[in-house]
Amino acid sequence: MEEAKTILSTKNLECYFGDFHAVKGISIEYKEKSINAIIGPSGCGKSTYLRSLNRIHEEIPGAYNKGEVNLLGKNIYEKDVDPVLIRRNIGMVFQKPNPFPSLSIFDNVVIGLKLQGVKNKALLQEKAEISLRKAALWDEVKDKLNKPGTSLSGGQQQRLCIARTIAVDPPVILMDEPTSALDPIATASIEELMLELKKEFCVIIVTHNMQQAARVADNTAFFVLGELIEQGASEQIFTNPKQKKTEDYITGRFG
Amino acid sequence: MMIETTNYYRWRKFKNRFFQFLLILSAIAVLTPIFLIVQYTFVKGASSLNFDFFTNLPKPVGESGGGMRHAIIGTLYLVAIGAAIAVPLGIMSGIYLAEFDKKSALSRILSFSIDLLTGVPSIIVGIFAYILLVVPLKSFNALAGGVALSIIILPIVTRSTEEILKLVPDHIREAGLALGLPRWKVIFMIIVPGSFKGIFTGVMLAISRAAGETAPLLFTAFGNMYMSYRIDQPMASLPVQIYNYAISPFEDWQRQAWGGAFVLIIIVLGINLTSRAIINRNEFVNFFIELNKKFKGKKVK
Repeated sequence: MEEAKTILSTKNLECYFGDFHAVKGISIEYKEKSINAIIGPSGCGKSTYLRSLNRIHEEIPGAYNKGEVNLLGKNIYEKDVDPVLIRRNIGMVFQKPNPFPSLSIFDNVVIGLKLQGVKNKALLQEKAEISLRKAALWDEVKDKLNKPGTSLSGGQQQRLCIARTIAVDPPVILMDEPTSALDPIATASIEELMLELKKEFCVIIVTHNMQQAARVADNTAFFVLGELIEQGASEQIFTNPKQKKTEDYITGRFG
Repeated sequence: MMIETTNYYRWRKFKNRFFQFLLILSAIAVLTPIFLIVQYTFVKGASSLNFDFFTNLPKPVGESGGGMRHAIIGTLYLVAIGAAIAVPLGIMSGIYLAEFDKKSALSRILSFSIDLLTGVPSIIVGIFAYILLVVPLKSFNALAGGVALSIIILPIVTRSTEEILKLVPDHIREAGLALGLPRWKVIFMIIVPGSFKGIFTGVMLAISRAAGETAPLLFTAFGNMYMSYRIDQPMASLPVQIYNYAISPFEDWQRQAWGGAFVLIIIVLGINLTSRAIINRNEFVNFFIELNKKFKGKKVK
């Protein structure tokens, strides 16, 4: 089997909120077609780290980064890089399902393409169907594409947000606790979906749920207080951790 | 376990009822003046309304009949000028306050000025427009009236647009940015259209408020006894016409003032109701579709 390509990597990535140093010098590599989990106790900076990967972190007043994030070898924090173009290559799914209010299910999926200037109706129709099928939502919504996106259930809304993200074809998808607002059944369907997405995309997921990381992730990184404690194959992290802190956390003695 | 009605429970229940009673009482107290105003103007005004009132111009004192066509059209004309100036400006500055530079010096000054502008007495607004546009043009004119009304409309539209946009949670904006859309597209294509209903309501509220203003028009548009469409000439308006007629010694004019008051209330109510209908048009349409279904269903039986 040939070696998988590294698609995204961080090198000594530091994240700040004004004076507060939230994430401290993190270096991780992400391979294409893989699921990568980031776990750790609340306030460990894992969401902030994730939000720095597509330059959303800097949208918060006073927030900034240092270090490198390399997307296919190019540092996205270099001066001449347009964050808008970066975000077209690194999609994001949020903690709370957030379909755009007042937009129909169809428009929610294709809004990214539409506002990027795609006008061909047949192409939009096709993209919408493909994306909804990939998000395992097509069968449930194909007869009501004109209903508002907010009329769906929470789990369906989250799959709609995933469809919206993959409609613009980003090679990397970030997920910030995508199932923490969902019930176990909806969570299971999202996890199943992640394993499908892995065939095409590199998925990086932040989660509070260690079983989830163990179930779906190929690799897992463990953060405490903004520092990377341990990273490696999920199997190794969850069965044979090298660090005492990791063991304490996954066995529930700490965190 | 014993479940029995204790004195404490009765006392608690009494307190609950008592406060409920107080709240209902204050709700009625609020409704009373509204109801009385509408009822009184209706009784006094409806009798002096007839077809001529809407189609005719005032007759000389002593001749009976005559109407307020010029004032009704004048009010709509002046409000249209005011809205044309203030609504785009107000919405844009509201968007600026809510979406850009939340902490910059300019936005803080703007925010403070909007508060001040809301509190400026409308007669002062009239004087300002008088100095700005009546003195240099050497004549009372409709443009000055429209500008004065725009100053009434502007802060209401700005503030309501800002408040409505602030209700949109930040993660919706981030979702737009995360799709690789530039900030202005996220704001103008996703956030603002999503808040259309709220922004529209604020605009309508501001416009109906301006339609009833007298003081800013007294020495700007001034008033006129003839039909005029000219922006550089004095123009009649319902509030000023009502004022002039109501303080006149002629009984016929006083009667007509009531008629004008009634028409003004109808216009303001009309603006409010139409805007609601536009906002809820889907619900309206659905209501009639449902009604139709029920009707047809009965026929089949």
